[in-house]
Amino acid sequence: MFKIVKKELLVPNIYLMDIEAPRVAKSAQPGQFVIVKSDERGERVPLTICDYDQEKGTVTIVFQTVGRSTHEMANYEEGEAFQDFVGPLGRPSEFVHENLEELKNKKILFISGGVGAAPVYPQVKWLHENGIEADVIMGTRTRELLILEDKMRAVADNVYVTTDDGSYGFKGLVTEKFKELVEKEGKKYDVVVAIGPIIMMKFVALTTKPYGIKTIVSMNPLMVDGTGMCGACRVTIGEETKFACVDGPEFDGHLVKFDEAIRRQSMFKSEEGRELIRQEESNLEPHHHKNGGGCGCCGGNK
Amino acid sequence: MDKMKRVPVREQDPKVRSTNFDEVCLGYTVEDAVEESKRCLNCKNPLCVKGCPVSINIPEFIKHIKEEEFEEAAKTIAKYSSLPAVCGRVCPQETQCEGKCILGIKGEPVSIGKLERFVGDWSRENNINLSDTEPKKNKKVAVIGSGPSGLTCAGDLAKKGYDVTIFEALHEPGGVLVYGIPEFRLPKDTVVKTEIENIKKLGVKIETNVIVGRTANIDKLMEEEGFEAVFIGSGAGLPKFMGIPGENANGVSSANEFLTRVNLMKAHKIEYATPVKVGSKVAVVGGGNVAMDAARTALRLGAETHIVYRRSEEELPARVEEVHHAKEEGIIFDLLTNPVEILVDENGWVKGMKCVRMELGEPDASGRRSPRVIKDSEFIIDVDTVIMSLGTSPNPLISSTTKGLNVNKHGCIITEEETGKTSKGAVFAGGDAVTGAATVILAMEAGKKAAKAIDEFLSNKEK
Repeated sequence: MFKIVKKELLVPNIYLMDIEAPRVAKSAQPGQFVIVKSDERGERVPLTICDYDQEKGTVTIVFQTVGRSTHEMANYEEGEAFQDFVGPLGRPSEFVHENLEELKNKKILFISGGVGAAPVYPQVKWLHENGIEADVIMGTRTRELLILEDKMRAVADNVYVTTDDGSYGFKGLVTEKFKELVEKEGKKYDVVVAIGPIIMMKFVALTTKPYGIKTIVSMNPLMVDGTGMCGACRVTIGEETKFACVDGPEFDGHLVKFDEAIRRQSMFKSEEGRELIRQEESNLEPHHHKNGGGCGCCGGNK
Repeated sequence: MDKMKRVPVREQDPKVRSTNFDEVCLGYTVEDAVEESKRCLNCKNPLCVKGCPVSINIPEFIKHIKEEEFEEAAKTIAKYSSLPAVCGRVCPQETQCEGKCILGIKGEPVSIGKLERFVGDWSRENNINLSDTEPKKNKKVAVIGSGPSGLTCAGDLAKKGYDVTIFEALHEPGGVLVYGIPEFRLPKDTVVKTEIENIKKLGVKIETNVIVGRTANIDKLMEEEGFEAVFIGSGAGLPKFMGIPGENANGVSSANEFLTRVNLMKAHKIEYATPVKVGSKVAVVGGGNVAMDAARTALRLGAETHIVYRRSEEELPARVEEVHHAKEEGIIFDLLTNPVEILVDENGWVKGMKCVRMELGEPDASGRRSPRVIKDSEFIIDVDTVIMSLGTSPNPLISSTTKGLNVNKHGCIITEEETGKTSKGAVFAGGDAVTGAATVILAMEAGKKAAKAIDEFLSNKEK
């Protein structure tokens, strides 16, 4: 059993939890994820790691309640425990293995959408701890849904917030902010890392392509085991089929077949709908998401 | 009573069982088992034992059944195997113990598998204690993977007094016994769980949710946690796909995914959260035991189900008994047929499968007749779900994160055959991780040999 040592409602429907999982905390690196199964009957829900503390032996997850499983997880309180918590899964972000001196010469821009701020945070934090500053665009639908702003500002060089409704920061989409930074403010970036709803990642990749800026996205397909034994999470990268759980989750955004990935995410939509009705959840917004668990990477942006 | 014929085993009616997940074969009653045991000739030089990969003393346990000493029978088997209720069900006995039985020359061989199963079931139902071990040795051994090879290796080492911890990536131990083989062939809660509990009773610890290569790695387990030897029994769980157009369409899955959803996650039960989708017409591509399991599972979820296989019935790699059961239940066999493309509708879902007809050529190097495409034979099978069951290979995660562990070009760990010794000191391996996808009992044999070799290795180290 894996004890919940802290639970916090960040904004409506988005929760942060610190889970006691010493083995996972010890091995975790930026870019990796975990799978959570709340009880005997639960499904295996993939969630990106938001933070980890080796000394306390805890791993921080942030998730949005989008379906039956994430709703059930949200019902757990501090002191209770999830039955299963496995990880870290997937490959760490590329820069973890890069030469730090070379990395220092690179200008990196992170773009997060909604809950995507959670997996972006440990990457920016890791860079910061290694003396590399990066910029971050944090996109959200409206000010009330913005998460982790203070934590992000503490580790990033510049943070630009965008809201769809203009209630805070830049009014508009993350892609528009990106263009403004590059076109009007003369910013130069060598790498863009985009994490958020798949549709956002698709448009970030389309936007950066003409500029020739290397763009990395973190894919959030359906998963079952997360260890490479089933292929539920397969994505097409260039001409190749890859398993996001072992080959990813991060891939070259200019090679990802986004339309296929979007279509595959909807595979169990009707089951998810049926589940929701059965659970009589009344306060749910319709969501583009899938079963397989709320990936947690996915926010309110678009 | 014809002495050359085996006592028939009770089975669920095909019409009834094709609508439920209850076990197909109901097994022998006490009377049936005693009756069947009387057919054994108690050979002086028993060939059946030679046919058993773990060399169970078959005539001895059968003699105990004949004399109605069922506890003694259980103890006899326990010397060789910790999983009799599993093996009695899933071993391909026709090519192993029963294939060698002398009665099989003129009549039907003794039903050794059914008798072993009877003993396993009887000792579970009667709570027989089989947990005797030698004195504790105070030496730690790590076993990676809790499938048949890992469980066997762990059980044997624990009996020798070692302090054994199994690390399992999934949330439940058992490997293919829990995620792969369906409930209707191998009941999980009764049979598999109990046999794993028996191994725990020997003192074996099982840590689930640990992925070696990610959560921990072999070097650290040895350096930081004091494990003096390691056995890798991580299996061959990486599914193969065909690489044909349309294979990533919605409605195409690997047999591993489909079976994991149903067996491990219990997706067919409404109270469990994991979903599973089968359409009205399912094609399972492949002809092995996994293909039969996937097809019979899809059928039980209400679909018209086809097995699509590129060779003929004679070459089907699945057990004859399973093919027979599948046919009885109404699975349709499309033989000498090979898919070339998955057809996809405007929403990205499977709407059919384009296939070609095949013919068999001359036997190739492996002795199997190789299939050839018949020219201009393209046709379309009308299906809305495709399950690929083309075999699996070892997951590269462990080999790629363990320094000095050599693998061959198929990703299989290279070992000395008799000992399971790998290229890395104090690290042994066995089962599908070494051979590629094979059988439960061969994995157990490898686990058994490695346990013996690990015991010798650690005993010599002491001197």
